[in-house]
Amino acid sequence: MSKGYYKYLLVISFLLVACFLLAGFRQQQLRPQPEGLASVVDRGPFSAVAQEKRELPRHSPAESDRANLIVQLCDGQTSLEIPGVRPGEVLPPEKARDVARQMMVKYLEEQAKQASKWTKQDRLIWEREQQRKIEEGYRLFHDWKALGGTIGISCDMCHPDAADTHPETYPKFQPQLKDVAALREMINWCIENPMKGKPLSCDDRKMIALEAYITSQRKGVVLDPGKH
Amino acid sequence: MWPLKWKQREQKYRQARAGFFEAVKLLDRRSFLRVAGRAATIASAKAIVPPHSFQLVDVLGGGLREKPAFRFAYLADTHLYERTLNERFVRAAMRAVKDINALKPPPDFVLVGGDLAQFGQPKELELGKQILSELKAPVKMVAGEHDWYLDLGEKWQELFGPPNYSFHNKGVQFIGLMSVNEKDFWTERKMTPMERMNTVAQLDSPLQSRFEVGEAGREWLRQALATVPNDTPIVLMTHALLYKYYRPWNFWTEDADLVQEMLFPYRSVTVLHAHTHQMLTHRVKNIHFHGMLATSWPWPYAPEGLPKLTVKMDRVDPFDELDGLGVGTMDVYGSGYANKHYYLWRRDPITVAKAYLESWGKEAIPPAPEFPSY
Repeated sequence: MSKGYYKYLLVISFLLVACFLLAGFRQQQLRPQPEGLASVVDRGPFSAVAQEKRELPRHSPAESDRANLIVQLCDGQTSLEIPGVRPGEVLPPEKARDVARQMMVKYLEEQAKQASKWTKQDRLIWEREQQRKIEEGYRLFHDWKALGGTIGISCDMCHPDAADTHPETYPKFQPQLKDVAALREMINWCIENPMKGKPLSCDDRKMIALEAYITSQRKGVVLDPGKH
Repeated sequence: MWPLKWKQREQKYRQARAGFFEAVKLLDRRSFLRVAGRAATIASAKAIVPPHSFQLVDVLGGGLREKPAFRFAYLADTHLYERTLNERFVRAAMRAVKDINALKPPPDFVLVGGDLAQFGQPKELELGKQILSELKAPVKMVAGEHDWYLDLGEKWQELFGPPNYSFHNKGVQFIGLMSVNEKDFWTERKMTPMERMNTVAQLDSPLQSRFEVGEAGREWLRQALATVPNDTPIVLMTHALLYKYYRPWNFWTEDADLVQEMLFPYRSVTVLHAHTHQMLTHRVKNIHFHGMLATSWPWPYAPEGLPKLTVKMDRVDPFDELDGLGVGTMDVYGSGYANKHYYLWRRDPITVAKAYLESWGKEAIPPAPEFPSY
C-alpha cells in the first residue's frame, strides 16, 4: 500500500467523526427542554406528548375473493393480486422481483394522478393539531386555576358547552367596552372580572386554545359580525 | 348634552312609573284601559328598557280579584363558596334574605331550592345555614347536587334533616322531594369524593349519570301520597325539574315519566324546581311546572327542548353581576295552582299567572323579551 492511501483514509475518517459530532449537537438542540405549564400548550406535533397520544398508522388488510395472494405496498394503499399463488406460498426470486416492479409502476401511476402536493398525512396532522388545541381550550375553559382565576369561578359555570359566547357575532360594538370588540377582548373581560384573574395577551397560546374550543362549539353557524 | 337628556328621560320615566303603580293599586275592570294607556306611555318614556316590563299581565292574569289562600317565597341556587375564596355569592344570598324579609305580607314559609353550597364543603353548608337563619319565616329545604355529592348528603342531612318530607299548609299538601340522585358513575372510575363532586358540579360533564328520583324515592313518594285525597292540591318542591328538557346539561329527570304518572290522579299539582337558573314554565296534563331564579348566576337557555309554554327571560347583561338573578314568591289559590312571581333584581317583576297555564298559554301571556337569546 502506498503512503497516499493512508492520507485519504485519514481525511475521510476525520470527516466522518465531524459529521457524527455535528449530528449529536443537533440532536441535543432538538431535545425538548424542561418547560413550565404555559409552554405545554405550545408543543408541536412531534413532541414527546404528541407522540404518546399518536396512534401508529395501520394498513387495512386487503383480501382476495379468489383466495389468491395479495401483496401490499408499504403505503398501505397500493396492492396487487398474484393469480395462482396462495397466501403463505413463497414466490421464486424472479417472480418476486417482477411483482415488486409491477407494484412500483402502479404506485407511480397513482402518484402522477394526484394534482395536489398535500397528502393524507398532511390532513391528519392538521386535524390532529386542531383537535389538540380544542382539547386544551376545553381544559382551560373548565379549570379556573389553569386559567389564572382566583375565586373559584370557571368559564363553563356561565357558559356550559360554551353556550352564549356566540363567537360568530364578533367583532361587534360592546357599549360597556365603548368600542367594537373582538371575542378575545370579551374573554379577557371575563378572566379579569368574574374570574378575578390576569388578562392574557392576545397572542397567548392559552387564548388561541380558548378560541379554538369556543369556535368549535359553533362550527357551521353562519358568520354574523355585529349581531346583537 | 347626552347625559342630561338621559337624566331628564329617566326622571320622566320615574314619575310615570310611580303614577302607574298608584293606579294599579286602585285598579278595577273599568279603569283598566286608562292604566294600560299609561303603561304604554311609561314604556315609551323609558325607551332604554324593553317595553314588555309594563304590560299589564300581573293585573290581568294575576287574578287580583281572587284573593290567594296564602303566599310563600323562595330563593335558590346560592352556590356559596367559603368566604375566604369568594364573597360574591355570599353577598347575593344575603341580599335575597333581605328581600324576602321585606315582603309584605310576609310569606308563610321560605323554600330554599337547593345548591346552597358550590362544592358540598361542610364550611359552605354551615355558612348557608348561618345566612338562612336570618330569615324571619320558617325555612323548607330541598337538596341540590352541589350540596350532595362530596359526602353523599351526610353533612346536608346533619344540618337540615331528611331530604324527603311532606307537610300540610292551609289546605295544600307540600312535598319536598330529593330529585338529584344519580346512578353510581364514580366507583368504576375510582374517583375520590372531590372528583365525584367536581364531575357533578360541571353542568356539561359527559361523565356523570342523569338525575333521577330513583326507585327508593318513588316508593317514598307513593307512600306519602297514599294518605292524600285526590282533590287535595299538591305542591311538589324539588331541585331538578321532574321533566325532560335538555339531557346534556342534566336539565333532565330520567324517571320523570314515572313520577308524573303518580301525580296524574290528583286535581291540581304544582312542581316548583330550581337547578336551571332561569325563568321556566311547563305544563303536563294537571301538573304545572315553574322554575326558580338563582341568586348566583343565570344560565343560558338550552339549545333545544325548551318547553313551549316558557316565555324566556330577557337576555342577561354579562357586565352586571346581579342581572338575571333574584328571588320570587308563589301566591297559592284555593284550587292549589299558583301565580308565580319572579322578582328579578335588575328588571321589573314578571308574573307567570295560573291563568296562563290553565289556558295553555292563550290568556295572561307573560311579557316576552325584545332580544331573543342566541
